Amino acid sequence: MDNEKTYWGENLRLIFICLTIWFVVSYGFGLLLVEPLNAIRLGGYKLGFWFAQQGSIYTFVGLVFWYSAKMNQLDKKYNVEE
Amino acid sequence: MDELKLYTYIAVFGTFAVYFGIAWWARAGSTSDFYVAGGGITPIQNGMAIGADWMSAASFISMAGLIAFLGYGGSVFLMGWTGGYVLLAMLLAPYLRKHGKFTVPEFIFDRYYSKTARVVAVVCLIIASLTYIIGQMKGVGVAFSRFLEVDYDLGLYIGMGVVWVYAVLGGMKGITYTQIAQYCVLIFAYTIPAVFISLQLTGNPIPQLGLGSTLADGSGMYLLDKLDLVVTDLGFKEYTTDNMGGTLNMFAYTLSLMIGTAGLPHVIMRFFTVPSVKAARASAGYALVFISLLYTVAPAVGAMARFNLMNTIEPTAGQNLEYSARPQWFKDWEKTGLLKFEDKNGDGKIQYVADKKTNEMVKVDRDIMVLANPAIANLPNWVIALVAAGGLAAALSTAAGLLLAISSAISHDIMKGIVMPDLSEKNELKAGRIVMTLAILLSGYLGLNPPGFAAGTVALAFGLAASSIFPALMMGIFSKKMSGKAAVAGMCSGIGITMLYVFQHKGIMFIPGTSFLGDMKPNWFFGISPNAFGAVGALVNFAVAFVVLKFGNEAPAHIQALVENMRTPKGAGAAHAH
Repeated sequence: MDNEKTYWGENLRLIFICLTIWFVVSYGFGLLLVEPLNAIRLGGYKLGFWFAQQGSIYTFVGLVFWYSAKMNQLDKKYNVEE
Repeated sequence: MDELKLYTYIAVFGTFAVYFGIAWWARAGSTSDFYVAGGGITPIQNGMAIGADWMSAASFISMAGLIAFLGYGGSVFLMGWTGGYVLLAMLLAPYLRKHGKFTVPEFIFDRYYSKTARVVAVVCLIIASLTYIIGQMKGVGVAFSRFLEVDYDLGLYIGMGVVWVYAVLGGMKGITYTQIAQYCVLIFAYTIPAVFISLQLTGNPIPQLGLGSTLADGSGMYLLDKLDLVVTDLGFKEYTTDNMGGTLNMFAYTLSLMIGTAGLPHVIMRFFTVPSVKAARASAGYALVFISLLYTVAPAVGAMARFNLMNTIEPTAGQNLEYSARPQWFKDWEKTGLLKFEDKNGDGKIQYVADKKTNEMVKVDRDIMVLANPAIANLPNWVIALVAAGGLAAALSTAAGLLLAISSAISHDIMKGIVMPDLSEKNELKAGRIVMTLAILLSGYLGLNPPGFAAGTVALAFGLAASSIFPALMMGIFSKKMSGKAAVAGMCSGIGITMLYVFQHKGIMFIPGTSFLGDMKPNWFFGISPNAFGAVGALVNFAVAFVVLKFGNEAPAHIQALVENMRTPKGAGAAHAH
């Protein structure tokens, strides 16, 4: 039982990290900080605009795969695999 | 028959033949086949099927057009409709799959040990799914009438017939394999014109990079800079900074779409089709990859379509297009009434400006941008034919997923779950097929006679999913003590306040004149538009549930043990009925 509690705790910590990044790239860079970031250019893109229409989506994809890989490791570590 | 029409017939009916072939090959023999495709779908297959399930006529046809005219404001759709998958992958999908049942209301019933909760979930599911289907059916009708010049009604009947064959015959199994084929059709149809157009405008074949590149016209100017310049010269808002209704509204809108996406039952259901928790996590990743292929191209399609449109009408500043010299695509779309010109100053030339008094392009429907794009860019006929097949694939695949969500909620949750618990598997399968047929007829009827509120209800569908289903599922997994009473109270108040807000600004049941506050910005709560209110509804749902829990009993011990069990992958079997 303790084993499963720590497993769940580590899962929650991982979710918290992922959702913080999720929030920062979309709501942070894409919306709240868009004006200051737009002063920086990425080729023809203004950086804030790029995060809102491109960058946030790429980050989401990376996050889901990273979370999935980390959880597979956790499953092994705590011996709760299917 | 001209060449374009011939190609279009080949593309449309060729893809239909493929769908029929798959339907015959993947017939459903059991309720497990019918509801969860036998539970043996691989993550990559499921990812593609989720992609097609999710990307509807709205994603394929409307979204790039919306972005074209909203500019930066259109980002809410891009972030909202992809960011929801992050929530789904981490907060819902693995645990729902571990629990291993056939439908979303069934999970709610098990977790909240309450038939009331199950019925509330079924009602939310049906309202959200039916309003979605109306949009898909209209998309099918429009695609047929524009591209094959058949009657809107006849087009709709053909679409209904096609869905009927593979959805009723194959259930989830047939739908899954057809959706994989439909994903391939729609992504090719979307990307190929975008590659051509990006190459023409910027010399870069990858649209995501082309959008950030310099123009190929020798000016050395960046495409987005030129677009900003052109639209602001004509009095429109700057493309890359136009924020729709302010930052707070965009924030709430994005959040509503994300939570709504994660709470849509027809998408969640697809996670029950994979064999393991690990596969559920992986399919969320693949789904997001396949969805992103379209969603990162869409902003390029939008900006480039706007650029081409402005450029056709006014090739160089002050040199406007003569109305008599307008290109063929212009005439074609004028016939449909979606494009309208009025020579206000009588000079025979077209002036397209922001000022309503002097603007002569009195109607430019946003939905035509993707469909007209290949013709505006002078692409070959087979590309235009492909776009027609892609639009139909997007509409049909989503309609099929929604129909399955509706029929399983009725045959499995209401009939088998509540009314007739001793229904045999064979009869349940039969009931599922009959309900599916009825649902197709009903959605066809609604497509032919769209209720006056059809346009407004898409927002309501997202609002409903966001304010009712998502919070109930999430609390069910992350709060062991959450009780059935508290969850039902949360769902009802979440939906209640969202509907109240939408109705008070858009009219009761969207009937004009019954709106008691008026659809006016000054009355909006903190400037949040009714479409963006689902996020607030979700917060209310969470808050009410926790307050009721604090003053009531917590969930019984066996339910808490059930939740513990849900949280670890160990011991997950295939999805089952009991």
